[in-house]
Amino acid sequence: MEFGPHLILAVLEGLVQASVLTLTALGLSLVFGVMRVVNVAHGEFFMLGAVFAYWVASWMGGPAAIGFVAALIIAPVLAGLLAVACDWLILRRLDYDPERTIVATIGMLYVIQQVTLMTYGPDAHPVTPPFNHRLAIPWFEFTENGFEFYYPWGLSTTSYKLFVIFAAMVARMGIWLLMAKSKLGLILRATQLDGETAQAFGIPVERVYAFVFGLGAALAAVGAVLIVPIQQAHYLMGHDPLLLSFIVVIIGGLGSLRGTVVAAILIGMSNGVISVFFTPTLAKILATLLVAFVLVYRPQGLFGAKPA
Amino acid sequence: MVSKKISDFKPSRRKVLTGMAAAGATTALPGFVPFVQAQSSEPIRIGFQVHRTGIGAAYGRWYDRTTMAAAPVINDMGGLNGRPVEIISEDDGTDPKRGAEVVEKFATHHNTDIAYGTLFSHVVVGSAPRAGELKMPYFVVSEGHHVASGMLNRWTLQPGITDVKSQVQAMAPFVADNLGKKVTMIFPDYAFGHDHRDFFSAAIEAQGGEVIAKLAIPPTETSFTKYFPQIPRETEVIYHVMVGPAVLTFVKEMGEFFGSARPEIFGFIDSLEAVDLATPGLEFLEGTYFWEGMPRYAQENQSEYDKFYRAAIGVDNNGASVSDPKDVSTFAHMFGCWETLHTIKAGMEAAGYQGTSDRAKLVEAVEAMTDMAESQAHPQGAKVFNGKTHQVFGPQYISQVQDGRLVVQHKTALEDGFYPDEVDYTTQSF
Repeated sequence: MEFGPHLILAVLEGLVQASVLTLTALGLSLVFGVMRVVNVAHGEFFMLGAVFAYWVASWMGGPAAIGFVAALIIAPVLAGLLAVACDWLILRRLDYDPERTIVATIGMLYVIQQVTLMTYGPDAHPVTPPFNHRLAIPWFEFTENGFEFYYPWGLSTTSYKLFVIFAAMVARMGIWLLMAKSKLGLILRATQLDGETAQAFGIPVERVYAFVFGLGAALAAVGAVLIVPIQQAHYLMGHDPLLLSFIVVIIGGLGSLRGTVVAAILIGMSNGVISVFFTPTLAKILATLLVAFVLVYRPQGLFGAKPA
Repeated sequence: MVSKKISDFKPSRRKVLTGMAAAGATTALPGFVPFVQAQSSEPIRIGFQVHRTGIGAAYGRWYDRTTMAAAPVINDMGGLNGRPVEIISEDDGTDPKRGAEVVEKFATHHNTDIAYGTLFSHVVVGSAPRAGELKMPYFVVSEGHHVASGMLNRWTLQPGITDVKSQVQAMAPFVADNLGKKVTMIFPDYAFGHDHRDFFSAAIEAQGGEVIAKLAIPPTETSFTKYFPQIPRETEVIYHVMVGPAVLTFVKEMGEFFGSARPEIFGFIDSLEAVDLATPGLEFLEGTYFWEGMPRYAQENQSEYDKFYRAAIGVDNNGASVSDPKDVSTFAHMFGCWETLHTIKAGMEAAGYQGTSDRAKLVEAVEAMTDMAESQAHPQGAKVFNGKTHQVFGPQYISQVQDGRLVVQHKTALEDGFYPDEVDYTTQSF
């Protein structure tokens, strides 16, 4: 493949990955920022989003678009409610102690994964995309006749992949509006800044925590519902998003939403581009190496605040 | 009057004798074969190492169904040497480390007579050494070349399914003659995929073709478009074989990459085992070719053995479960379980197998086997077993997708898959 078309393809693939990754990583970052809980089970909520999407879509039947839209609404809500239940049943009882919640969320990881295995089964299932057209992308070249467009071999994307990029952008905008412009966002930011003072001002911190934990899981689930028509729902699919989300959150700065978005796009894009030109293994090596450098030279992350 | 009838029933000596004779005659009828009282009527325990979870789960489910269907059939035929067969399943999670532990558990905890049933080659390679140490006959159903390559040991046998080296060698002439000579290979990046890479490259060169690019993909990969730009433009044939839960994504993204300008495509059905060919996004496969170990769709010249085999497992003429047409089987591979179990039966009977002390005799008896006729025990086709390399050789099927069904175009001869022996396990001591 020539360099130009090859690069375009790499960028498109990277953008799809980055889009889903931003949503998943935002969820992880939000939970850490507000609650100071490192949610090791985050990838499993991602997986649950995909599995619920499959269930909803196959239960609805009918046209693929209706099933998909229903899944896009119902699956994140279900994953979020489950996360809220986990928060009330487990995390709250541990007083959100950082060390104990890590162990508890590791436990949740295995429980969720194994229950999915027992109910959903070990197979991968696809969700039919609401629409999926192959879009050939034109490229230009200079010939004797001057500037010409042509369709290079293999250079294409699908309408659904473009939709994923767009939908993730809308979701990011929604989160930004929620955090920056709404009263709920004010409460969240206040709790993040200083939980005790917030409580003293009458903010029901425990309920805020439950909400945030649910929101974090729901964000991961939205990412999963978007990706499941491209990939498939499988009970082990939570590993990679968890690892990448951690990489993103560490590079971006734990708890910094802006840093998370920037780092997710950086990692997602470089992952896509390096995977296409070299190998996916090299992409993972470089991302992990970057984490090491960030931890050594800028432990608070690219956008994180320096600890007081 | 019930009481009267009972009191009336006073059997004379003659009546009892005729009755016994009749009972004796019934036992000789087919389908009614009680277990001949051997020295022990204890069941023979077969430890079934099954990929119930992990990346091999779809295969595991169908290997399980095939095994559980074969066991009663074998018991109806009189069991193993007059003793009923009992299958003891253990999940290995498609994981080599767990695989070795499962073999250990069969030996020490379940006291099984033999171990059987493993598919994924890395699990076989991880488990076979332990089986050898435990002196436990280990019948694998894996396709990997590791048995015949001499890498394993005398206790490991593969009598139910042909290995990759033989498969690709038998099919390379068809690819070179009908599809093209410049081939790009896409394969999973572990032992099984490397077998494909090495042996197909050699086989196509022998036909005057060449492999111009090799794309190794980790078996746990979930997105594939990023690999496809490595396919050279001058590719005439794509040769693909993929495993794991993401196979459907792989094939779909390949279709999206090529659009209407696809080269010829020759795939191993592994890339779509347990996947419905009618799934949206697979339309581009129309007209492409697949290797099949055994034809998923019942063909026009379907044998009575194929009919019996499908009915016993509960698979319809489209290769899907009779109870759920969406639940598509791993039809091209799972016959290996059925045939291996029948070979174990034949081996135990030839060896006069009584218990674990006869394990070496069982291995020797299987090593002595050669021709296996197409039959109810071997519905996939006639085979030849090579006792020295512990590997069976069978026919291969090349099918084309026509109207969303796989239609067999070519069946290879046994000789097409023969290659010189690379090991003689019979010279190793037990």
